[in-house]
Amino acid sequence: MWTFLHKLSSPPHFYDLAAKMIPWFAAASLLLIGYGTVAGLFFAPPDYQQKDAFRIIYVHVPAAYLSMMAYVVMAVSAGIGLIWRMKLAHAVAAGAAPVGAWFTFLALATGSIWGRPMWGTWWEWGDPRLTSELILLFLYFGYMALRAAIDDTARADRASAVLALVGAVNVPIIHFSVEWWSSLHQGPTLVRAGGPAIEPVMLWPLLAMILGFMLLFAALLLGRVRTEVLFRERRSRWVRKLVYPEEPA
Amino acid sequence: MSDRDPKLPGLLDGLVSVIRRDVYLAWRRPGDVLNPLFFFAIVSTLFPLAVGPDADQLALNGPGVLWVAALLAALLSLNSLFLNDYEDGTLEQLLLSPQPLPLLALAKAIAHWLVSGLPLVLVSPLVAMSFQMPARSTAVMMLTLTLGTVSLSLLGSIAAGLTVGLNRGNALLSLLVLPLAMPVLIFGARTVSLAAAGDVTSAGVYFLGAYCMLTLTLAPFATAAALRISNE
Amino acid sequence: MELLSMGGYGAYVWTAYALTFGVVIICVAQGRRRHRRVWNDLRSRLRAASERSK
Repeated sequence: MWTFLHKLSSPPHFYDLAAKMIPWFAAASLLLIGYGTVAGLFFAPPDYQQKDAFRIIYVHVPAAYLSMMAYVVMAVSAGIGLIWRMKLAHAVAAGAAPVGAWFTFLALATGSIWGRPMWGTWWEWGDPRLTSELILLFLYFGYMALRAAIDDTARADRASAVLALVGAVNVPIIHFSVEWWSSLHQGPTLVRAGGPAIEPVMLWPLLAMILGFMLLFAALLLGRVRTEVLFRERRSRWVRKLVYPEEPA
Repeated sequence: MSDRDPKLPGLLDGLVSVIRRDVYLAWRRPGDVLNPLFFFAIVSTLFPLAVGPDADQLALNGPGVLWVAALLAALLSLNSLFLNDYEDGTLEQLLLSPQPLPLLALAKAIAHWLVSGLPLVLVSPLVAMSFQMPARSTAVMMLTLTLGTVSLSLLGSIAAGLTVGLNRGNALLSLLVLPLAMPVLIFGARTVSLAAAGDVTSAGVYFLGAYCMLTLTLAPFATAAALRISNE
Repeated sequence: MELLSMGGYGAYVWTAYALTFGVVIICVAQGRRRHRRVWNDLRSRLRAASERSK
């Protein structure tokens, strides 16, 4: 097991292993998202209060969870890279950022679309959850902008790692904002004392979507980290052999 | 009795000497202090001109505009926080000095506040008057602005440390500070509005106080890490 | 038509889902394009270098 982990941190092994893992993650996520979408749109009964509009939950909640999960992955791997100086960890952080930003945008957009019929407004300035999610989006942008602005890869890695860690305090704020402050946004549906506050027939598609999105994130992340590794190791022998095998020795 | 040579600079000496140096340098270059202040004053003048003289309208939006102007003025002055030191080699000396770097980072942030945040707080009652904001909100306004600008100086020092010496670091710095500064802006403006309306303001003040404490204790470490990274 | 109108909320629900699938597809495409670009860049660089040294 330790050999496996040790091998994993070696770039050429990671590159190959990731290539093999991606199709599995992608296939599994496709199945789960397929089931979740169909069941959520057509088989779950309409909600008592929100009627059919509640079905947006099946895309909004996974996007929101993933936006936070991606940030945690980014911050943790950045921290690991900073403390233990693992280049691969930095590559993971770099790969997670754009995906996380997309999910955050999606969470905000689908949330806004859902909010219009339910709360009567596309946006509510001052709502703690909406605001902290928006802050998350800006944190992602800042992270990516900082990386882009620094030419030296090592400095870029470490500077953006500090930024990621500083911003990490926002993630628990997003989650607990609906409990700490009064908010338009409803309280926690799944992660709460007393178990999920939702009917099983509505719950299963939601769980499937969340899991499906997580696997999708894994597939996307592995792909982007592969690209990062390829670029960072471009001068090394294994990359040269891989990309240009015809090269005379 | 300690056998330490009493003539060697201690922690407090390090802190005070950095603050003193920065304040003196700012005194020598009044532009550094006055620029953000002018900016603050200009924005505050333009707002009533643009929105019109209706006292109620002005007073309603006053707190928000005041706070945004304070934030922008702070951002203006943050870029040069470490830039001059970086360029003339002082930063390297700071990194090499025996005092803990977080302490020196704290000193820089405090000096920055003395030179940019404090003048802002002192000028704010005049701006509040021009916005026709009621007198009863002045005390809360100055208190929240103090807490807020201190937090901004500290958060800004992290961003300044990360971007020191970069091309177009200025815009990047603003982008980095913005998400961290949003809660300050929100609670600051809200609380002043509440004070103007005569409502209870303790929640906002406590939040800003807590945020300030948090940044005071944690930001220097992040800034120190950032400075080391930027100077390798 | 119950499907499409979603009890009157059709526009909202379908836009949200379309946006979601759109973003996912863009994200996948973006990743693949970047990989291809890095690969091709590197390959042509290596090829040019080896041509030069011939």
